[in-house]
Amino acid sequence: MSDKLNLTLKIWRQASPGAAGEFKSYKLYDISTDMSFLEMLDVLNEELIQKNDEPVAFDHDCREGICGMCNLMIDGQAHGPDLETTTCQLHMRRFRNGDTIVIEPWRARAFPVLKDLIVDRSAFDRIMQAGGFVSVNTGNAPDGNAILVDKDDADQAMDAATCIGCGACVAACKNASAMLFVAAKVSQYALLPQGRPERTARVQNMVAQMDQEGFGGCTNTNECEAACPAGISVSNIARLNREYLRATLTGAK
Amino acid sequence: MSTAQTAYLNGRVPDGPIAGKWEKCKNEMKLVSPSNKRKYDIIVVGTGLAGGAAAASLAELGYNVKSFCFQDSARRAHSIAAQGGINAAKNYQNDGDSVWRLFYDTVKGGDFRSREANVYRLAEVSANIIDQCVAQGVPFAREYGGVLANRTFGGALVSRTFYARGQTGQQLLLGAYSALMRQVHHGKVKLFTRREMLDLVVVDGVARGIVCRNLVNGQLESYAAHAVLLCTGGYGNAYYLATYAKGSNVTAAWRAYKRGAFFANPCYTQIHPTCIPVTGDYQSKLTLMSESLRNDGRVWVPLKKDDGRSPDQIPDGERDYYLERRYPTYGNMVARDVASRAAKERCDSGFGVGSGGQAVFLDFADAIKRDGEATIRAKYGNLFHMYQKITAENPYQAPMRIYPAMHYTMGGLWVDYYLQSTIPGMFVLGEANFSDHGSNRLGASALMQGLADGYFMAPYTVGDHLASRKLPAVTTDHPEFRRCIDETRTRVETMLKVNGRRSVDSFHRELGKLLWDYCGMARNAKGLETAIQKIRGLREEFWSNVRVLGSGNSLNQDLEHAGRVADFLEFGEVLARDALARNESCGGHFREEFQTPDNDTLRDDANFCHVAAWEYAGADKDPIRRVEPLEFKEVPLTQRSYK
Repeated sequence: MSDKLNLTLKIWRQASPGAAGEFKSYKLYDISTDMSFLEMLDVLNEELIQKNDEPVAFDHDCREGICGMCNLMIDGQAHGPDLETTTCQLHMRRFRNGDTIVIEPWRARAFPVLKDLIVDRSAFDRIMQAGGFVSVNTGNAPDGNAILVDKDDADQAMDAATCIGCGACVAACKNASAMLFVAAKVSQYALLPQGRPERTARVQNMVAQMDQEGFGGCTNTNECEAACPAGISVSNIARLNREYLRATLTGAK
Repeated sequence: MSTAQTAYLNGRVPDGPIAGKWEKCKNEMKLVSPSNKRKYDIIVVGTGLAGGAAAASLAELGYNVKSFCFQDSARRAHSIAAQGGINAAKNYQNDGDSVWRLFYDTVKGGDFRSREANVYRLAEVSANIIDQCVAQGVPFAREYGGVLANRTFGGALVSRTFYARGQTGQQLLLGAYSALMRQVHHGKVKLFTRREMLDLVVVDGVARGIVCRNLVNGQLESYAAHAVLLCTGGYGNAYYLATYAKGSNVTAAWRAYKRGAFFANPCYTQIHPTCIPVTGDYQSKLTLMSESLRNDGRVWVPLKKDDGRSPDQIPDGERDYYLERRYPTYGNMVARDVASRAAKERCDSGFGVGSGGQAVFLDFADAIKRDGEATIRAKYGNLFHMYQKITAENPYQAPMRIYPAMHYTMGGLWVDYYLQSTIPGMFVLGEANFSDHGSNRLGASALMQGLADGYFMAPYTVGDHLASRKLPAVTTDHPEFRRCIDETRTRVETMLKVNGRRSVDSFHRELGKLLWDYCGMARNAKGLETAIQKIRGLREEFWSNVRVLGSGNSLNQDLEHAGRVADFLEFGEVLARDALARNESCGGHFREEFQTPDNDTLRDDANFCHVAAWEYAGADKDPIRRVEPLEFKEVPLTQRSYK
């Protein structure tokens, strides 16, 4: 059954990309434990508007955990305390009456803050542009069953393909590394026959773009896996490393 | 109906037998030579299945494509949230499926209010979609032998649904997105994220560009092209509480309507029976629980009004399995619209469960007893997990509480067979158009239609437009572009200047409640007339009492929302008008005055076997209802029954 919470929020406010940001405190009363975390922020924004204060800007869209648009650092944890849960699926029953909650944007050089809690994640798109695709034009495809795919490979490819591109892996990593994101895409295609013709160039180009965007190196501490709302395994990073090594050794372009 | 109206709404369906129409059409369309394609610019608005697929495919052909979306990346459009699957007439299961059967099921499922030729073409290309997606590396579910797996869906008699776990929409969208990213890499697509289209620019009667707002810095930008494709999704968020993404809106389509595109069948809305119910006034959206749950779950309410007991305290004899009682043949598997209306009827009569009495039980106890918890977990584990996440209740132990919610809109901008709107040069794809689902969409058909339009229709028909018209050079310096930018700027500034007392969200919630109450699962003339009056009043109040803070020259989410709500407030009235004018019931449009004794839809084929498309007539004038007659030559008109 629903209870009510009184909360203190410390939220990062930043007017624009170049502006200096700061934490501001807000008190909220009578928050239902049935609310989602973002609905709690909706309530705050409604109150701010009534007081003639500009509402807090934050990214969100589907609010059902699949689009990857929401992205909050909650008490130092990407997407908050629940395992395999996006911010939009986090509910207030996870918190206690009297709690102070610190809310920040993703922090990474490659994800500059645009306003308040909103960051620019277009670096992920550019990594995808470097090689996150199979070069097949519309109309070229053979029958769907012409190439058989081992069920285990298909299942593992699907495990990797469930990445929602939110950037929690980067935010959770002390090096702000994008290895898990890149590994998920490289793995999906490496596991499927459709992706194999371009595997060498793909891994080299995606890794090169990742470095160019200013993401850090892998720490091997698995924070990314712990923070990932889609449950992407770090074993994909091992596969990325094997793919990269293979591409480097064979030297084939 | 005057001949002028008929001529104006000509669907341009090719002659000849239905199975040869698309082939004939493709043979007769004009082609743009390979070396000339690079001279043409095409704008694609929206990056869902339809937009992503169209932008990538047109770029592959050699056109210069500009792709726009309001999200931060082209990978986020709400196609991504589709759970169930995608239909295709592959007949891999050897169970008798065919193009004809998929066509027949879709026409009948749409309650005979779609255009036959379009539906046939959709069924024809459905198989190519699966091939294309497999080639892109979409990890569809497979059997141990390595072939693609299928499942049955939505009560179909054949197994034709392809899927990727419960995330089919995500995988198909990421496939289209990867094809799009490849074309960005090749320099054939220029990507414009965090842009919202706020106007369509029409020059000499032809769509030649758009005005959009850069959502990061607030600047108004305009872009010129030789063709404009709107792939901007449905308008279900007019109802505020919906299974749509929060940003989904009608603005691009509505702005095009005000520039001359007709809006067809806006009253055809789909309200899905199995969604997690509303818990409080703060509720911001509703979450779907896949229709597949009704395969094993039994729907019931207590026999006694306002029964406060917990479900396990209510013995079987004191429960009303009302779907099984009313529809003994189909039981819990009746069509979406029927299940939704029945739930509403029980709750309105005082038998609803949960704190607000606006829910019914979906009970798996019998299925768990019969098949074991492990089997149920294997089938529906992810859905049960999501339910528990949102409600903090364990559906293995207690029945789920569900209630219908706004889920999809079959209506949209009117298009001819070529997917071209009433404005030459403007094409409309996916949920944003009206063509294929009639008055009710079947499960696993939305993904099929979006990708069919994007991969396999637009690349042909847009080329025909470019090759058959003389399109003089137009740049954004053209006076029409300046006029549109000025009008958009004035509109934005007016909104910021009102400085009233009510938040944008409060207006949106009130509009949503009006539409839900008067134009939801059951409608009647008196209620619709009330809704029209109230929406007008609310719209007037909006422009005198809305409070939008911040400036137009910066990232301002409240201002974005204000623009969308302002358009919903205009659109909502046309939706209600359309529902009022259609004096029959069909599919998702249920008028209480027109029903069979069994509470099913009672169509009036003599007077309403047509598409109604609304034409904008000016700011203070009533819109004009135009008509495109529908002919059913292949599938004879019949009455649905679920008894």
